[in-house]
Amino acid sequence: MTSPNNIDDKNSKIKTYESDLPIENSLYNELSSKFQDKVQLLYVKPNRIKVYVESKNIVEVASFLKNELGLDHAESVCGTDYPNENAIEVIYHLSSYSREEIAPIIFALSTKTDRNSSYSPSLLPLFKSVEYHERETYEMLGVYFQGHPRNERFLLPEDWADIPPLRKDFRIKGR
Amino acid sequence: MTNKFSDSFEKKLEDTTKLGLEVVRESAEENLMTLSVGPQHPGSGHFRFIIKVDGDYIVYCDPDPGYVHRGEEKMCEYRNFIQNIPHLERPVIHDSTHITYSYSLAVEELLGIDVPRRGQFIRAIASELNRQVYTLYWLAIYGIFLGHSTMFMWPAGDRELFIDLLAALTGARVTHAFNIPGGVRNDIPDGFKEKCLQYISYFEKRLKEYEDIFYNNPLFRQRTENVGILSKENAIKLGVTGSVLRASGIPHDVRKVEPYDVYDEMDFKVQYMKTCDSFARAYVPFLDMRESCHIIRQLLDKMPESGEVRVKLQSNPKGRIGEAYKRVESGRGALSYYIVSDGSSRPYRVKISVGSFRNILALPHLLVGSHLGDMPSIYWALNYWPVEADR
Repeated sequence: MTSPNNIDDKNSKIKTYESDLPIENSLYNELSSKFQDKVQLLYVKPNRIKVYVESKNIVEVASFLKNELGLDHAESVCGTDYPNENAIEVIYHLSSYSREEIAPIIFALSTKTDRNSSYSPSLLPLFKSVEYHERETYEMLGVYFQGHPRNERFLLPEDWADIPPLRKDFRIKGR
Repeated sequence: MTNKFSDSFEKKLEDTTKLGLEVVRESAEENLMTLSVGPQHPGSGHFRFIIKVDGDYIVYCDPDPGYVHRGEEKMCEYRNFIQNIPHLERPVIHDSTHITYSYSLAVEELLGIDVPRRGQFIRAIASELNRQVYTLYWLAIYGIFLGHSTMFMWPAGDRELFIDLLAALTGARVTHAFNIPGGVRNDIPDGFKEKCLQYISYFEKRLKEYEDIFYNNPLFRQRTENVGILSKENAIKLGVTGSVLRASGIPHDVRKVEPYDVYDEMDFKVQYMKTCDSFARAYVPFLDMRESCHIIRQLLDKMPESGEVRVKLQSNPKGRIGEAYKRVESGRGALSYYIVSDGSSRPYRVKISVGSFRNILALPHLLVGSHLGDMPSIYWALNYWPVEADR
């Protein structure tokens, strides 16, 4: 279990596709046969899948993942800031408790939003478990989740008056 | 009418002041009282939750964490992969081996290195010992907040055994900085195995006594049984993890579901209960401690006699472009790291997903509708560590 045997070469990229992973690939195939080019595969690794969808399609894809593939909760929701692309990536790491055979799998559902007007549809109506994670992403990266009832401060002080701290242009003092 | 209301309000005020809670007077029309529990209240840790009570019943609860937010995720972006280890273990110093364990696993995938077999065993031994330390600390707090002071003294005392073992192994009592990408910092000292086996045998006898004096205590059972029911369906919906999840009848343990390092060679059972109440949430970590003793014996038995304990890394290793998501089972449930690397020697983005943060979602669900007096038994049974949740 230790070695991530997916190395092409030292100092290069991590291998992004492996064909001898039956469960992971069948999950992706079910998804892609339903949505075709609406979903784009980013990688398949042992127990890990990541797909990209446009934010207008994310609710539709997520509800398929929940209702048809049995991914019933989110382990984490986070965002990554890419100032060069002028985009913020929002990633939902979904997993399953109810289907034992896919319990080891983490399904990463990724979408991108514009950095200057960052809005993303909330998945709260589908997954109750994203409630606080989305609030955290809102205050840390400034992504407004449409449909989330409380886009408010959670971990930061109530009088926080700076830009969202996990954006790359926020600098820690002295660094 | 006004007098009648204010009389009952004064009585409530008196009762709540006795409990040491802060009181906010609501508008006269609304017969509710808002209480702010924490962050200075001794029963809440560094954490506040705002509740509204109607008489003795809690009708509203809003958690307000963040009092010990350190910005760990941002700090990670400014330090290289190795420098991140000492500050990452600050959020949960009682379980510092686990919070650096999944970090090391993720960085190893990014750097493309394998840990030597002996290093994997030593990691697992340190983790299981640390699980005991954490669970004993939690049990001591749970005991004292339910008014059982013996259950504060005993675990706090027995915890020293494991702290001594970890101090002999790692050189520090609580913050070990022991796991590093590529293995562990140092080999086990001479005579460690014998001492460890001796302590484990003693501790297993003590666990029997814990059960007699605490878990079979009728008063403790009355305060926890059928209190704060979290059904299986709701546990899945809320996405809780660790002992909270296993107490709701779902045998999910990362060590079994997705074994890391040498856990796939270990023979152990995932402990779970189907009663879904506070008692189950308090009892599952206890069963885990017993199972953990069993795992430590196997680890000591199967560990290779000699060999390397870590891979020698270059001084400022560069990650490969890509990302890694790794998780381990900590004392509070799944603890996972999502690390993005852009090919430099520092991580581009680090996200820490911790059990405590996931489990507070269950707090409003459990508290609303229950008695104010059940609050301590529900809150502490969530195995919640505020500092870890805030990060």
